Amino acid sequence: MPLPDEAAGGNSVAMTSGDGANGGGGGGGGGGRGHHQGAGKLPRKRFYRARAHSNPLSDSHFPIPISPDEVDLSQHYPRYFPAGEGESRDGDAAAPRIRFADVGCGFGGLLVGLSTLFPDTLMIGMELRDKVTEYVKERILALRASNSGMYDNISVVRTNSMKYIPNYFRRAQLLKMFFLFPDPHFKEKNHRRRVISMQLLDEYAYVMEVGVIPEELLKADPVVKLLSTATEEADHTIARIFPLQAKAINFQNKRRESEERRTSRTRVSEEV
Amino acid sequence: MEDTAVEEAEVSGAAELAPALVAAHPLGRSVAVAVGPELRVFDLKAGSVVSLSDDSGGGSHSDAIRAISFSANGVLFASAGDDKLVKVWRTDSWCCIQTITSEKRVSTVAISNDGMYITFADKFGLIWLVTVGQSGGGQESTDNNSVSIFGHYCSIITSMKFSPDGLFIVTADRDFKIRVTLFPKKPLRGAHEIQSFCLGHTEFVSCIAFTCLSEGSSFLLSGGGDSTVRLWDYINGCLLDTCQVRDKAGELLEPNETEDNNLAIADICPTNDGSLVAVAIQSFNGIMLLACDLVAKKLSFLKVITMEKCYIPISLASSFSAGLLWTVMGASNMPNQAGSQLLTRLHIIPHFKNGILASSDHVPTVLVDSEVPHGEKLLLALQGSLDIAKQDEVLASMQAALKVSMHKMLVKKHYSEERREHRKRGRNDKKIKK
Repeated sequence: MPLPDEAAGGNSVAMTSGDGANGGGGGGGGGGRGHHQGAGKLPRKRFYRARAHSNPLSDSHFPIPISPDEVDLSQHYPRYFPAGEGESRDGDAAAPRIRFADVGCGFGGLLVGLSTLFPDTLMIGMELRDKVTEYVKERILALRASNSGMYDNISVVRTNSMKYIPNYFRRAQLLKMFFLFPDPHFKEKNHRRRVISMQLLDEYAYVMEVGVIPEELLKADPVVKLLSTATEEADHTIARIFPLQAKAINFQNKRRESEERRTSRTRVSEEV
Repeated sequence: MEDTAVEEAEVSGAAELAPALVAAHPLGRSVAVAVGPELRVFDLKAGSVVSLSDDSGGGSHSDAIRAISFSANGVLFASAGDDKLVKVWRTDSWCCIQTITSEKRVSTVAISNDGMYITFADKFGLIWLVTVGQSGGGQESTDNNSVSIFGHYCSIITSMKFSPDGLFIVTADRDFKIRVTLFPKKPLRGAHEIQSFCLGHTEFVSCIAFTCLSEGSSFLLSGGGDSTVRLWDYINGCLLDTCQVRDKAGELLEPNETEDNNLAIADICPTNDGSLVAVAIQSFNGIMLLACDLVAKKLSFLKVITMEKCYIPISLASSFSAGLLWTVMGASNMPNQAGSQLLTRLHIIPHFKNGILASSDHVPTVLVDSEVPHGEKLLLALQGSLDIAKQDEVLASMQAALKVSMHKMLVKKHYSEERREHRKRGRNDKKIKK
């Protein structure tokens, strides 16, 4: 599989420092890696370690598809889209499309687990760090080689999903999206680095299909109601639409708090 | 080589130049030119310069104006810029009825078709909305606070327009994207429903404009840093046609000027009936006309109107009724020329409608100064002086500096591998240190 240049450059640093013992793990440089390993030998994480945070605001230097039509599915899912036929099948309405997206897939654990549970659904993982993406690619290739016929429906792409999700997916293409990581960014100035934010929720809603979960299930799930009352985004929305109510609630809360403080202080002073 | 060019520009301090802008009243009543912090308006019906008065308690703009716009019915005018203020003016009395403060510098502004809302966008990709206050009211505290209705993720918004039917708001940004969003009935709650994305540009999108057949269906035109003008069906996000402007412009320019970054589209302006599109290109001393066939959905090159050697139009505007295309060239002052007067140069092209201009034997002309409506008064007011001919070198050098600064702002920097590794050397968190 062709690898981006930056990944080859980045990995050469790891090679020189971590090499010595296990030649099979990290592999040689560039595209020859698949041949150096025994077929089906899983990559070792210690050669692919990277910092936990990668800056999502920086300009990208990896290739981005200009539009969803240009996503080359034959590279990701060779069994479903044999190379060479790629062009004709992309426009085919009956061709299978990517249905699950794992945003920030890390080392690929969720993808590998879901692959066997949903063997006919195409899934893709999106990850910003290049070394980690290499690891996931190697892992998928190794799994495909050692279990023939399985793991053909998963793949990974190195991309900044906050900026480029509309470039990969058409309107209402995805059934499920997974965001399996905590993303606190407590300081106000860092709020725009959050993957879930009011602006990005619009893009995720655009990309996801409507009506997938039936109404009854939505009503029965207690979390759904809490989304509109107990989240930070809800607080922002309520403060904007119902500013007077929001102020009233705040005022009541503050009054209650100050009364409690007063009563607890008097209680303490009485005891003394 | 790319890196050294970028570093030189940083050293010379040409970072904050703002281009001159021109806007024309939809019914042809007046024309406005903004250069740096000055806003110059000329009333065409009365034939006199307009003096702007400010009722809403603020001075005029104190820093470069980055965007101006008339509303679709011509009643309101908005101006916004680097001083983080958005000013709304009434076009009949030309007094400022509302001044809105923004948190960040504003890059573009638009007025909704019914004149009830003003939207403006900043360099971080957020689009804000304010309700227009009533004229003379001024002190109503209800809605001078702007509300963020949606956003592009951390990308400079270069252009924002409302669709002619008022149902959609279209925004274009530096990350090659054009987003079409439904403009809801109660926009204060946010515009969260995306209709489509128009994806296809390979560089920043610099300008967008709507064009429509007289009967109804409208289309979107966009120009970008990749030297293409594209026609879109914006409701479905489909690219209908692309016109590679670079090939044609390359034939007409000298060979040493045709580098990629020099041929970005600066501005586009379609005619009222959607049959012609005027394109202003950076480094190109003229206007390129494209024929736009909305029935067959094709764009094709028609002809070029060449102007004098040093005149490179940077902003275009047209008023539907009068059939004139206004072009302007100029920039805000370089830092070392703070005291001198701001100069712009204006040229007007007549017959900006289908029929005459499109016919192959008509040689398009630029109006000579004496033929300009209200002649010298207008030129004096809008240009700053009549003796522009002598200032050609100054204008040309300003324009070149402007091009560098816009390039820096809008084109993504490409650092070479060595430079990236060099910057990473300072990091101390790599655990693999054998």
